[in-house]
Amino acid sequence: MSSFLTSSFMSNIFGGLAQGVIYSLVALSLVIIWQSTHVLNFAQGAMAMFATYVGMTQIDRGLSYWWCVILSVVVGMAFGGITERVLIRPLYGKPEINPIVVMVGFLGVIEAVTTAIWTSTSRNIAAPFSQIYFKAGGKLVLLSPFIIFQIILAVVIMMLVAALFRFTRLGLQLRASALAPEVARLLGVRVNRMLTIGWMLSAGVGSIAAVILASGSFGLFPTNMDGVFVAGFIAAAVGGLDSPVGAIAGGLIIGLTEQFVLAYWSPSVAPLGGMIVLVAVLMIRPHGIFTRSVSRRV
Amino acid sequence: MIRVSDLSVNYGAIRALRNVSFEATPGKITAVLGANGAGKTTLLRAISGLVTPQTGTILLGEQSLARVATENIARMGVAHVPEGRGVIEELTVEENLRLGALASKVNISEGIEAQYAQFPVLGDRRRKYCGTLSGGERQMLAMARALIARPKVLLLDEPSLGLAPQVTAELMKTILSACESENLTVILVEQNAKSALRISHDAVVLHLGAVVASGSAAEVAADEDLRRYYLGLVEE
Ligand SMILES: Nc1ncnc2c1ncn2[C@@H]1O[C@H](COP(=O)(O)OP(=O)(O)OP(=O)(O)O)[C@@H](O)[C@H]1O
Ligand SMILES: [Mg+2]
Repeated sequence: MSSFLTSSFMSNIFGGLAQGVIYSLVALSLVIIWQSTHVLNFAQGAMAMFATYVGMTQIDRGLSYWWCVILSVVVGMAFGGITERVLIRPLYGKPEINPIVVMVGFLGVIEAVTTAIWTSTSRNIAAPFSQIYFKAGGKLVLLSPFIIFQIILAVVIMMLVAALFRFTRLGLQLRASALAPEVARLLGVRVNRMLTIGWMLSAGVGSIAAVILASGSFGLFPTNMDGVFVAGFIAAAVGGLDSPVGAIAGGLIIGLTEQFVLAYWSPSVAPLGGMIVLVAVLMIRPHGIFTRSVSRRV
Repeated sequence: MIRVSDLSVNYGAIRALRNVSFEATPGKITAVLGANGAGKTTLLRAISGLVTPQTGTILLGEQSLARVATENIARMGVAHVPEGRGVIEELTVEENLRLGALASKVNISEGIEAQYAQFPVLGDRRRKYCGTLSGGERQMLAMARALIARPKVLLLDEPSLGLAPQVTAELMKTILSACESENLTVILVEQNAKSALRISHDAVVLHLGAVVASGSAAEVAADEDLRRYYLGLVEE
């Protein structure tokens, strides 16, 4: 057993999962926004990064790590809601490229403002978990308390989001607003409010990804979510932009693929692994692995 | 009670409704009849606030519905079963029903059980996704989802479309009994004039967006010219 855990194969599984859950969170956040408002939010990563700066730097003022995490999520949610209200709402019903262009521009603005406030120096906000790898039978297992925390936190967040959508009144209204906005309004659902809440939820999920990234060895800097965003985007496309389950699976697939490419080929081409998976999947299933019906919306 | 006065709706250059006036009263079914493109759907969409009229007023009781948002009109007690029924296929039967009750004050689980008692087929299919339902089952679900919120007004847009005559007859009976037992104001849009007139109390005939006749359903049904030229009811 212990030799199995310390095998290079298992190390790569652990590494891939740890990275994959971050991609899953980002992909999930993209899917929530895509489903409700049909916007591809290119500023998703940057918004989460900004919220994490606001929240996690409060540790300098003596706030505990956990309060900083909660603050980051709250700030992220507020940021998401305000963004939908101010930047996106005026663009509904206009060409679909408009919100995309706006959010790409917004990405640049957020990163510039962040650099202006906090400089571009990377910093690390250590989680209260050791990052030292476990050992089994004298050999390293590529798992640390921090990595276990990271995986558990991500899974708990995903389960909470799934439960919210599936079992609550709010979740039902969110789903109805995304699936059939006009019918939902005829049934008295305040669809505009649901769109704002969708953006808030999405941004909250994204913030968790950024918090995990900032708490680990990767650190926090103004562009720290850029690569993660691209991988999360690929993960969402692989799983199917219409499928939250697909987003989560897509994230794990991309995380594991990158890890194995990195280990058996070369670290410099790791992102290529994700691209190869994407191209292969899109050739076989153009709408992603988990999309149920093909272009249901008109 | 719904009172429509002098209502006009344009889509660009198309005049879909021209100075339409009529009343629909509680406890009665008012049929709105007319051929394709007569403006029937537009009329219901205007009442629900989904299209903005150019002129005219719509009153629900004493209250004007001008500039009231669709979701608030629904919350004021106007249930609208749209063309094509509006059943959300990706949700289950029960989720659709739950959604119908959410914005109202009714107790959700009691409301759902009451609808299952009324429409036992829905109870049998409660966990099924609505994409798997037949046309008749969908129409039943759409009715149940509208009635669960205990509305004051029920707007039905061609409920019989695509249903077998037998199923249509059942449906019309259900509409009539709901209307009578709940003192509902029902506006029943139909191309199938024969079925609609059989259960309606009043009728309005639209042609190219204008009212060409209105009165009791019996009067409209008895008018040879209306039957021949607007309702297509004269057998050769
Ligand atoms: N969104 C729209 N944009 C432009 N024109 C429209 C729109 N909706 C309806 N129309 C036009 O308005 C007129 C009335 O349409 P409406 O759908 O109200 O008719 P209807 O009586 O419901 O017809 P049907 O029996 O076919 O459902 C038609 O000429 C139609 O082409
Ligand atoms: Mg119509």
